[in-house]
Amino acid sequence: MLIPCPYCGPRDVGEFTYQGDANRVRPALDAPRAEWETFVYERVNTAGPHREHWQHSGGCRAHLTVVRDTLTHHVLSAEFVRPGPVAKAGS
Amino acid sequence: MAEPLSPLGDAWRPGSHGNFRDGTGVTLTETRPGSIVQVTAWPDTDDAVRAAIRDSVTLDLPAMPGSGVAGEALSGFGIGPGRYLLAGSTEGLETKLRAAIAPETGAVTDLSHGRAAFRIQGESAEWVLSKLFALDFAEAAFPLGHGRATQHHHDITALIQRTAPDGFDLYFFRSFARSFWHALCRACEDVGYEVR
Ligand SMILES: [Zn+2]
Repeated sequence: MLIPCPYCGPRDVGEFTYQGDANRVRPALDAPRAEWETFVYERVNTAGPHREHWQHSGGCRAHLTVVRDTLTHHVLSAEFVRPGPVAKAGS
Repeated sequence: MAEPLSPLGDAWRPGSHGNFRDGTGVTLTETRPGSIVQVTAWPDTDDAVRAAIRDSVTLDLPAMPGSGVAGEALSGFGIGPGRYLLAGSTEGLETKLRAAIAPETGAVTDLSHGRAAFRIQGESAEWVLSKLFALDFAEAAFPLGHGRATQHHHDITALIQRTAPDGFDLYFFRSFARSFWHALCRACEDVGYEVR
């Protein structure tokens, strides 16, 4: 599995660290307990394209939002979580 | 100036090794830069940081990710968004950069004592490095001056810059330098190598 890092270009998945489901939105600190329970425990368990966070820990160290097809491991897109940095031409 | 100490110790064995009967495919050296410095921009100060590097130490780093400049006295390349590794042959690079880059513009970190630097040069340099790193070392994909941040066997951070058409400089954590040097020498055995 290759992840096309917007800074480094395509790299082996072994250089990346999975940082979790990117579909969840962190509740407010004073949100009701049920909302926090949903945030912590409930997952959409997608069969298909899934938004998730990865860090290119063994490369440029940027945090990325990746859309990965959970059925095929095909990576559909990878972009910086924080917009701003210049992306590599062609990636 | 204090006498620099190599992290290689007994592993440093000058001379020709491996299969060198028909000549050596690569030469390995420890480049021992006087200064190794990382400069990091804030999210909105990348241009300002590169301008400050250009004005203070006359190194004109391009904005393109992974690009850089390789020179005899001073080299630098991008290692991540807004982050640059600079290496100079003399001490004092950090002082000059710190004077030019205020905390509002970026962060300057002196790594001179924390990294070791090796050079691999010769017609088989790309072949040898391809055994150790999951990168495309062909010149079209990895041009002169450009740098890459990657890992050695998915484990130890390695920063690599092409410093010649047939040569690369590699920066390693100093505490892993000897371990990597052993792996590098083993990877060079089939083409023959000279340590000098
Ligand atoms: Zn990257």
